[in-house]
Amino acid sequence: MFKKSRQFAIAVAASAACLAGAFSAPAQAADDQYFMLPDYRVGPYGANGQAFYGGFIDYLTYVNMKGGIDGVPVAWDECETEYNNAKGVECYERLKSKAKNFAAPIHTMSTGISYALVDKTAADKMPLAMMGYGLTMAVDGSVFPYAFPLVTTYQMQASAIIKFLKDKNGGSLAGKKIVFLYHDSAYGKEPIIALEAESRLNKFELVQIPVAHPGNEQGAQWQRIRQEKPDYVIMWGWGVMNMTALKTAQKMGFPRDKMIGSWWAGSEEDVIPAGDAAKGYMSATWNVSGTNVPLIADIEKTVYGAGKGNLSDKSKLGTILYNRGVSAAVLSVEAIRTAQAKYGKGKAMTGEQVRWGLENLNLTDARLKTLGATGLLPEVKTSCDNHEGSGKVKIQQWDGAKWVLVSDWIEGNKALIHPLFQADAKKYAKEKGITPRDCAAEAKKK
Amino acid sequence: MSFFFEVLIGGLLAGIMYSLVALGFVLIYKASGVLNFAQGAMVYFAALAVVGFMDKGAPLWLALILGFVVMTLFGIATEKFVLRKMVNQPPIALFMATIGLSFFIEGLAPMLFGNDVRPLDIGLVDEPIPAILDAFNIVVSRFDLAAAGIAALLVAVLALFFQYTRVGRALRAVADDHQAALSIGIPLQHIWALVWTVAGFVALVSGMLWGARNGVQFALTFTALKALPVLILGGFTSVPGAIVGGLIIGASEKLAEIYIPPVMQSMFEGNFGGIEGWFPYVMALLFLLVRPEGLFGEKHIDRV
Repeated sequence: MFKKSRQFAIAVAASAACLAGAFSAPAQAADDQYFMLPDYRVGPYGANGQAFYGGFIDYLTYVNMKGGIDGVPVAWDECETEYNNAKGVECYERLKSKAKNFAAPIHTMSTGISYALVDKTAADKMPLAMMGYGLTMAVDGSVFPYAFPLVTTYQMQASAIIKFLKDKNGGSLAGKKIVFLYHDSAYGKEPIIALEAESRLNKFELVQIPVAHPGNEQGAQWQRIRQEKPDYVIMWGWGVMNMTALKTAQKMGFPRDKMIGSWWAGSEEDVIPAGDAAKGYMSATWNVSGTNVPLIADIEKTVYGAGKGNLSDKSKLGTILYNRGVSAAVLSVEAIRTAQAKYGKGKAMTGEQVRWGLENLNLTDARLKTLGATGLLPEVKTSCDNHEGSGKVKIQQWDGAKWVLVSDWIEGNKALIHPLFQADAKKYAKEKGITPRDCAAEAKKK
Repeated sequence: MSFFFEVLIGGLLAGIMYSLVALGFVLIYKASGVLNFAQGAMVYFAALAVVGFMDKGAPLWLALILGFVVMTLFGIATEKFVLRKMVNQPPIALFMATIGLSFFIEGLAPMLFGNDVRPLDIGLVDEPIPAILDAFNIVVSRFDLAAAGIAALLVAVLALFFQYTRVGRALRAVADDHQAALSIGIPLQHIWALVWTVAGFVALVSGMLWGARNGVQFALTFTALKALPVLILGGFTSVPGAIVGGLIIGASEKLAEIYIPPVMQSMFEGNFGGIEGWFPYVMALLFLLVRPEGLFGEKHIDRV
């Protein structure tokens, strides 16, 4: 008897779990615009995922509450990847049948998962967005029609950081020494080619110091930095590596206001755990923090006021990663609007149509103002041969309690950087037997 | 030369931090003959419990006590629900059980205490000691020195406990043979619950120190990766071995990270840094070739 009732209880619990999963997002109607969200809320980077996808989903809820995208409601499903490539692919395969009619851009917030999905999404004609991560050479849309490393890339970011430092030093970095401390992974190595090019151009010495994953012990690296006596340290860290670097810099007596991180080393999650060691530290960012941005304030009022907010911890509202999630959702929705303007307002768009929208995005300051997102992210204008669309970042500094902006939008050296990954894209096309599109001819047709 | 000593001392002190995690492995291995795959997760669980209680308004001392209570309950529950039915099973079965336990903890802990990255202030600042810096131009961190003191104390207490108490002797008997220990009246269930609780306490101490240094977050589970080569080198059954193994691994990986990559770069060109992730494992494997039971491990002799 007991055994039977226990089996029954397990069956009920399992059914309840399935039902909870089914109702965790709005039910998808046949003509809704569908977002598949292979996201992560648990695992090593769960805290980052919570803030980013919290912002992303809050904006989708906000759009629905305001009547959808020109009347088209949006629906979505989350699938937990734990930042694991295999699970990311599994999520994609599981959800793609639901997205086959009206696919919105897919955001994985993982370079590894994006790498794994680049070819699959192209074959399935579903647009893959990689905002501030992923495959940099996909900027070249002639080779990667379905992949969009939107806003800016690691290389352009590295170049923008150099420009910032150059301006700080009276317009020249000649004779200076810069250490590049990086996570020893594809992500960490991505900007090396750009920094080497900048080093040759600007005549500064570049010292590269890798940190083995996960980066929770960096004594040797910082002893070397102390010996090298650099003018600046540029840090390409992720997760625990960031706070360990800040704490070890403090231990070694290296000034934190001479350290500047990438945008994945520049969230509240990176600096708060480091306490006083983070004060003065700078990082790049392609979106700003704060709840004083009108759009964020309106989300708080509208979505959280109606009790429909996604975050259980409301203190994350307005943080860098939350606002980044909102920014990513804004760009996705604007791409769908752009597609609607061409293919029919008030209709849900197919993956191919959304791809066109992403490739013809023109998010001007005027449009950002209408959305209440002035200053939240830079203007973005994409094209067939430029899936990045901006290449601009701001530099922010942690004052011990909040991020303070210390620069305006800075654009990396496009003339120096873009040819680097265009060359990579051409090489990739040759290896894979892809015939690149003729972007110039397509532009003429338009 | 002062740079060499700075790297060496830094490595030795980092090694002590690895030893702290390795101690938890040793305790479980001594009592059950199984490698506890969940030790890294236990470090995370213990630290997360403490910051979780602090978030609820508990002062540090009370959060520490509550954290210990959580780890004690965890130890008892592990014995009751996981280990009790596995008496006299092959070690691989117990090992697999600890793998399951590890994933369970990694899922349960953030559900109970949240998964935000949180700072932990235990009153130790990670800054160089000015007198040593001024006199020798060598950075020695106050935090690392304090951690070394705590580890030394912990080792002394554990060594005395294993060597000179009835429970300690019973633990060693259980490790040798579950069934033989049972047949002479050693209460296996109590022993296992006790040893998992003590391992939980060691995890709590490691979690406090690692958490204070890098923030309390999921990455604490990775500390186990630093402890494994220490165990291979020091021996799975020796408390002093965990310390000596930690010192050797810590010092050698730091020296290797500083001095090997430049040589490799001059020979082959390219970037060869970031070797401390795998170097300790290579070192431990090389050591295994010479002394398979580890530096202080018990030699296993089978009668043919």
